[in-house]
Amino acid sequence: MDATIDITGLRKSYGPTAALREMTFTVRPGQVTGFVGPNGAGKSTTMRILLGLDHPDGGTALIGGRRYRDLTKPLEAVGALLDGTALQPSRSGRNHLLWLAQSQGLPASRVDELLDEVGLAGVARRRAGGYSLGMRQRLGVAAALLGDPPVLILDEPFNGLDPAGFVWMRDLLRTRAREGRAVLISSHLMGELQDLAGHVIVVDRGRVVADAPTRAMRERYGSLESAYLELTR
Amino acid sequence: MIRAEFTKFRSVRGWVLGLATAVALFVGMGWLTAAGSFTSCDDQACPSPPVGPEGQAVEDHFGFAHRTLTGDGSLTARVRDFSGIITYPPPNHDEIVDGLVPWAKAGLIVKSDINPGSPYAAIMLTADHGVRFQHNYVHDAAGPVDARWLRISRSGADVTAYASADGRNWTTVGTMSGWSGPVRIGFAIASPPDITAKGNPMGGSIVQARFTQASAVFDQITSTAGGAWRYDEVGADGLRTDWEKLHRAPGMTTGSDTLTLTGSGDIAPATDMRVAPYLAGALPALLAILVVAVLFITSEFRRGLIRTTLLASPHRARMLAAKAAVIGGVTFAAALIAVVVARPLVSHVFRANGNFAAPTGLLTDLRLSLGTAALLAATAVCAYALGALLRRGLLAIVLAVALTVVPYLLATASVLPVAAGEWLLRLTPAAGFAVQQAFPAYEQVFHPYTPADGYFPLAPAAGLAVTCLWAAGLLTLATVRLNRADI
Ligand SMILES: Nc1ncnc2c1ncn2[C@@H]1O[C@H](COP(=O)(O)OP(=O)(O)O)[C@@H](O)[C@H]1O
Ligand SMILES: [Mg+2]
Repeated sequence: MDATIDITGLRKSYGPTAALREMTFTVRPGQVTGFVGPNGAGKSTTMRILLGLDHPDGGTALIGGRRYRDLTKPLEAVGALLDGTALQPSRSGRNHLLWLAQSQGLPASRVDELLDEVGLAGVARRRAGGYSLGMRQRLGVAAALLGDPPVLILDEPFNGLDPAGFVWMRDLLRTRAREGRAVLISSHLMGELQDLAGHVIVVDRGRVVADAPTRAMRERYGSLESAYLELTR
Repeated sequence: MIRAEFTKFRSVRGWVLGLATAVALFVGMGWLTAAGSFTSCDDQACPSPPVGPEGQAVEDHFGFAHRTLTGDGSLTARVRDFSGIITYPPPNHDEIVDGLVPWAKAGLIVKSDINPGSPYAAIMLTADHGVRFQHNYVHDAAGPVDARWLRISRSGADVTAYASADGRNWTTVGTMSGWSGPVRIGFAIASPPDITAKGNPMGGSIVQARFTQASAVFDQITSTAGGAWRYDEVGADGLRTDWEKLHRAPGMTTGSDTLTLTGSGDIAPATDMRVAPYLAGALPALLAILVVAVLFITSEFRRGLIRTTLLASPHRARMLAAKAAVIGGVTFAAALIAVVVARPLVSHVFRANGNFAAPTGLLTDLRLSLGTAALLAATAVCAYALGALLRRGLLAIVLAVALTVVPYLLATASVLPVAAGEWLLRLTPAAGFAVQQAFPAYEQVFHPYTPADGYFPLAPAAGLAVTCLWAAGLLTLATVRLNRADI
C-alpha cells in the first residue's frame, strides 16, 4: 500500500465554530511529519476526519488514495493514537489489545509481542484503570502498532510521558519512519519535534500556515520554536 | 468482529457478574415464589385435579346417565327442556334466579369409563353457544345453532356426532377416532359456576364464582345399548350446597319415555392455573440484564473508547449489529442456564409445599423455556439500542425499565384496568412476556382471561415479534444517529 496521506481542502464547522478552513497538506512516508499549531488550531479535528470519525463539510482526507472507512482491515493499514486515556478501566491491558487483535483477525501472540515491545508485559493482566498516564499512552501506542501498519497517526503522543518515556517514544517513531512508514504526530510543543521531525506542517485557525522540511524552517527562523511563534502570532 | 465484542464483554468483570446476578435472581426469585406458596388440605395430601388424555389438567365433573356399549351402536335423543338456576347473581346478590350460564350443557356422550379425566366425545346443547361437539376436554367444534335433536354413534374406532333441528335431516358435527373395547354411552349434564369479574377500585379485577345448576329433560330416546340407565356423578367432591340439600339434589329420574338429569360442574380444561412458577424470576433477572446491556455500549461513549472501536471497525452499522448480537447472545445463554437450573429446583419446592403444578407438556415447556430466554435476549437488545441511541447510561436504563418492566408490572399486578393493561402488553416491548403464557385461553370455558392470571392479549410468537420489532426499530434509530454523528 502507498503510505501517503493526502488532505485536500478540508473544511469543518462545529456549530458556529469553524474548526477547519481549507486544510490542505500531504504526508510522505520515510520521515516523521510534525503537525504543529496552537490549541484549537484544528489538528485533532483533521486527524479525526482522516480516521473516519468525523464527517467533513468539504474536502477529502485519503490514506494511500482511500478513505479510512473503505479499508478492510484498517489497523493493518493505519495505526492511530488519539486519546490514550480512553480505556475501559476494569478491562486489563492485555484484553484491550486482545479484542483489537481479534477484530482484525490477528493472533493473540501478536498481543504478547507488543506488550513486550512497549514494556507493559509485567502489568498486562492488571486492570487498565490502575495504569498511570504514561502506561496508558504506551498501551495506546501498542494498539496503534498492533497491525504493523505502514501509516502511523498520533495525536499528542508525548502527553503524560516521563523523560524515559520521551526517549522511548522518539526512538520508536524514528525507527518506524526509517523503515519507510509515514508518521504523522501532532503537538503544540515545538521543542519535542526539533530533532525528531523531518518535516513540519504548521497550522493556525484551521489553515496550514507553513509546510516545509524542518531543516529549511530552522535555517530560516533559527529554531522551530521561533518559527512557530512567528507563524502563529 | 463478534469475537472481538465477546472478548470485550467477558473481560469486564462487572458485566459478567451482572449477568451472573441475573441468573441468581432468576433462580432465587423462582425459589422464593415456590417456597412461599403452600396448599394444605387438613393434614392430608391435596387431591390433584385429573389429567386428561392429552396431558392437560382438566375439570371433569358432571351428571352422567349411562349404559355399556360393547361394540358398534348409537344413541339418539331430543333435548325437550333445558333450564336451571343461578345462585345470587349480580347486581344485588340477594336471590336465586332461574337461568342458565352460557356454557351450561346437556347432551349425549361416549366416555371410556366413569373416572374423571378419561377420554370422551360428546355432542351437547349449550345455553348460549348452540350445539357443540367436544372431545378430550380441549377440543371444541361448533354445530348447528337451532338443533335440539342429538345423536352419537360408534362404529369401530370412530365415534361420530350428529345434530338435527327436526329429527329427520341430520348434520355431522364431528368425529373422534381411536376408540376400542367397551365404552359408556349416555346422557350428560353440566353447569359451570357463574363467573363475573368486576373492576376493583384498587385496579385490576375481582373474580367471583357462584354455584349454578342445570336440568335437562330428554325424550324421543333411541338407544342400541340395552339395560337400565345407571346414574353417576362423575368427579363428585361429596360437598353439597344448600340449594342441593334443600331444593333440588343432582341426579337422574326416568319416566316412561323421558329421562331427566340435574347437575353442576363442567367437562373442560382447567383454567385456574397460573404462570409456571419457575419463570417467576424472569422479571428481577431482567432488571440486572437491562443494566448490563445498557452499560455494554454507554461505557464506550463515556470513556471515549467508542473511537477505538470505530477505528477497528469503521463500518458503524456492522459494529452496532455485532455488539447487539453479543449482548443478545450472552443474555440468551445466561437465561437458558437460569431456566435449566430453576425448572427442576423450583418445581420440586413448589410440589413439596403441596401445590399442584399443572402439566404443560413437552412442547409448551420448551416454548416457555426458550421463549423466556429469547424474550430476555430481545429485551436486552432493546436496552442496548437505547443506550446506543441516548449514550447516557442512567437515562437509557431508566427508559429501558420504563418500556419493559413497568408495563409488565402495571398490566399484571392488577394496577390498571384490564383493557389498558392488555394494550400495554400489545404495544410495548413487554408484549414478549406472552411467551410465558402456559395455558391457552379456551373459548369453551368462560373465564376472565386477564394478564394478572397469566393470559396475554397476543399469542406467544406475536408477542415476541413485537419485542423484536422494538429491538430492530431502536437499533435502526441508533444506527442512523451513529452514522450521522461525529465521534
Ligand atoms: N466535537 C467538537 N464540538 C465542538 N467544537 C469542537 C469539537 N471538536 C473541536 N472543536 C473545536 O474546533 C476547533 C479545533 O479543535 P481541535 O481540532 O481539537 O484543535 P487542536 O487539536 O489543534 O487543539 C476548536 O475551536 C475546538 O473548540
Ligand atoms: Mg488536539
